Amino acid sequence: MSVVESRAQACLKPEDAALLEQTWSDPPGVRGWFSAINHKTISLRFMITTFVFFVLGGLLALAIRLQLAGPDGKVVGADMYNQLFTMHGSTMMFLFAVPVMQAVATYLVPLMIGARSVAFPRMNAFAYWIFTLGGMMLFIAFFLNVGPDAGWFAYVPLSSLQYSPTKRVDIWAQMITFTEMAGLMEAIVLITTILKMRAPGMTLNRMPLFVWTILATSFMVLFSMPAVMLASTALITDRLVNTQFFNPLKGGDALLWQHLFWFFGHPEVYMIFIPPLGMISSIVATFSRRPVVGYAAMVLAVIATAFFAFGLWVHHMFATNLPELGKTFFTAASLMIAIPTAIQIFCWIATLWTGRIHLRTPLLFVLAFFFILVAGGLTGLMLASVSLDTQLHDTHFVVAHLHYVLMGGAVFPLFGAFYYWFPKFTGRLLNESLGRWNFWLFFIGFNLTFFPMHVLGLQGMPRRVYTYPAAMEWGGLNLAATVGAFTIAVSVLLFIINVLRSRRHGEPAGADPWGAGTLEWSVPSPPPAANYEMVPVVHARDPLWEAPGLPSHVSGLANDYREILVTSVADARLDHRLWLPSSSLAPFVTALATSVLFVGSIFTPWAVVWAAIPVAIGATWWFWPKKDIVEQRTGSEVSPYDVEAES
Amino acid sequence: MSVSKNDKPVDALLDVKGLPTFGFGHRSPMWWGTMGLVAIESTVFALAIMAYFYLRSHAAAWPQTGQPPDLLWGTLNTAIMMGSMIPNHFAKRAAERMDLPRVRLWMVVCMLVSIAFLAVRVLEFKTLNTHWDSSAYGSIVWMLMGLHTTHLITDAYDSLVLTVLMFTGPLEGKRFVDVSENAGYWYFVVLSWIPIYAVIYWGARI
Repeated sequence: MSVVESRAQACLKPEDAALLEQTWSDPPGVRGWFSAINHKTISLRFMITTFVFFVLGGLLALAIRLQLAGPDGKVVGADMYNQLFTMHGSTMMFLFAVPVMQAVATYLVPLMIGARSVAFPRMNAFAYWIFTLGGMMLFIAFFLNVGPDAGWFAYVPLSSLQYSPTKRVDIWAQMITFTEMAGLMEAIVLITTILKMRAPGMTLNRMPLFVWTILATSFMVLFSMPAVMLASTALITDRLVNTQFFNPLKGGDALLWQHLFWFFGHPEVYMIFIPPLGMISSIVATFSRRPVVGYAAMVLAVIATAFFAFGLWVHHMFATNLPELGKTFFTAASLMIAIPTAIQIFCWIATLWTGRIHLRTPLLFVLAFFFILVAGGLTGLMLASVSLDTQLHDTHFVVAHLHYVLMGGAVFPLFGAFYYWFPKFTGRLLNESLGRWNFWLFFIGFNLTFFPMHVLGLQGMPRRVYTYPAAMEWGGLNLAATVGAFTIAVSVLLFIINVLRSRRHGEPAGADPWGAGTLEWSVPSPPPAANYEMVPVVHARDPLWEAPGLPSHVSGLANDYREILVTSVADARLDHRLWLPSSSLAPFVTALATSVLFVGSIFTPWAVVWAAIPVAIGATWWFWPKKDIVEQRTGSEVSPYDVEAES
Repeated sequence: MSVSKNDKPVDALLDVKGLPTFGFGHRSPMWWGTMGLVAIESTVFALAIMAYFYLRSHAAAWPQTGQPPDLLWGTLNTAIMMGSMIPNHFAKRAAERMDLPRVRLWMVVCMLVSIAFLAVRVLEFKTLNTHWDSSAYGSIVWMLMGLHTTHLITDAYDSLVLTVLMFTGPLEGKRFVDVSENAGYWYFVVLSWIPIYAVIYWGARI
């Protein structure tokens, strides 16, 4: 601890620091608000937006639970119920679980690696706007009674024009286009940031585990999201211009949809699950007061999980007529992926075992993760068996399993992460006793909601039925689940109250309220616009826990324009300086034009042609350099060839 | 560990003032961004090709309707696209030597070639001998053609904007990196055509 306390903040002269702050700040005013590109501004908006979708998805779930609370429920009809579960699943998967991880990452990754920004900050803003506009389209459609109703994976033939003749499925398909486009762009932003913008000295071997998980996840995004975009494009062309991809009468094939969807959909589970592994590693290390045991094993386990995740998709299709030998392979792969996850869990247990534990709210959520995820993982192993899966397919057992995995694997650590990093975002700590109420109500409510569903599934209750007769005797367990769902709602409400109160009146946090070891805790909370007054030089995995090395910081980066340091991929050696673009309205305007194209194409295929014109104009305006900025830049330009000639 | 009033570092600082302000190839973040796009779009093409063979494996006859596409225009366009790699190579090399007159020259040549392959592409569509709505075969052929044509159009438009910028300015060293990366992307667009050509024109024959 003495090291931490004796570490002085590296700082610039006050006038230089003020200039740097101004350079990296977003412009004021309404126009400035829409022009913002600072990664922290965009990320906070992104997090809030995904959280709003989380709450909306939760309200939909409450409506589902009200309807199912007793036999012969009359709260909603069958049609509304179909929309409710489709909207709930689509919202939670596409508008919350994957994007919230990217949103958190775009805030934390630059701070953790000692960078001033993400790479491509305007594209980062564009991705945020595309995501937000796509989510808004989905909910506007829902309120106009054209909410999707074919399930969150929209299987054909149910989702084909013949069985879903209204615009509902088209809305769903374009929501996919919006969100996946945003997700893919964020993946490029994050990969480039991580590989090229780490502070000098932060070799890959010194990178925080959270950053490793984001890197692995982003690569998964690159190779999986294209599948669902291709699938949803084929679906919408089948519906709008009569292509025949999924029509067996004209040589199409319904299982093609399932293959394409789950080639994305299964890795997606891990895209949701892997970033929280990094959050857990950060939290476990800090609250055990020691680095995580087995750094190399942890990194390799994350990479192995990312690879195996692509070999599992058929286990969603065990109830189809695929060859038995093929199913056997996917059973084996589904069992195998438990190995890297187990390695990580053992490493965390070893860390906690050998550390000095500080049981604060973030750690509580992580401990709940162990309990819930192991339960969800074990039911996953059960479902990986073809014979058992055939029995349990499309029952509430699957609903229980997937919520144990996704809530336990992602939402619990995510809440822990909010408690952990909230002081960094706002400068104030969340209230600890409200946090404990939040945690215990969430934990109890969660198990009360979803544990009975295992039993209901074994008793044969199918998923996606809008009601059931009293004679089935499912009423008691369903009522318990509904009580549990409202308990979760209360706990989330407490969280919102905690955030709103603590944001203004919470205990001031200072730079490093937890005594953590990674770089983001070396800067003030909330961080200045440029993150670091002086970019640090990294000498260790947990720089704040080790004696400072020399040189300690970088000098010579400009304060009067957005200059960043680019370093080499593996060893983070100095490479060059780079000017990042300044704030601009163009990403927002281009995102609006792109939205017109996507939404317009639901109604006429020609929108793809005429709406491409404003998109092209917007993108060109975005790219076109400003004369005054270029003149300023050429004044201080250094060509790589000049440097080579000198040396 | 702070900078004192007289600007003398109290502590050893790593001075980066002498570093270049841009770099070519994988040194540049732009290269990584472009490679990310290439990875995404290669995945799309690969999955569409897999869908083609998946549908073919389930079909009694292939093509399900009509004749295979005529070889003439598709093969000619393959030759044009392969030929376009020559001016593209010179444009990339000129950019990396920061030789503005040659960059202008070769980019204009690239633009002329792109007009040629876009024109022949129209003729290709006319001789596919199938419609997107006639069968799943027609759908996947049009999907592959549509995906690739979208890339041709966007790449031609990107290159056009960059070519205009090379003549009008404002220019700086970093723009040569853009030209170099744009040329790298061009390679991807024309080389990805080879497997798609093989599938569309020969997958319906062999």
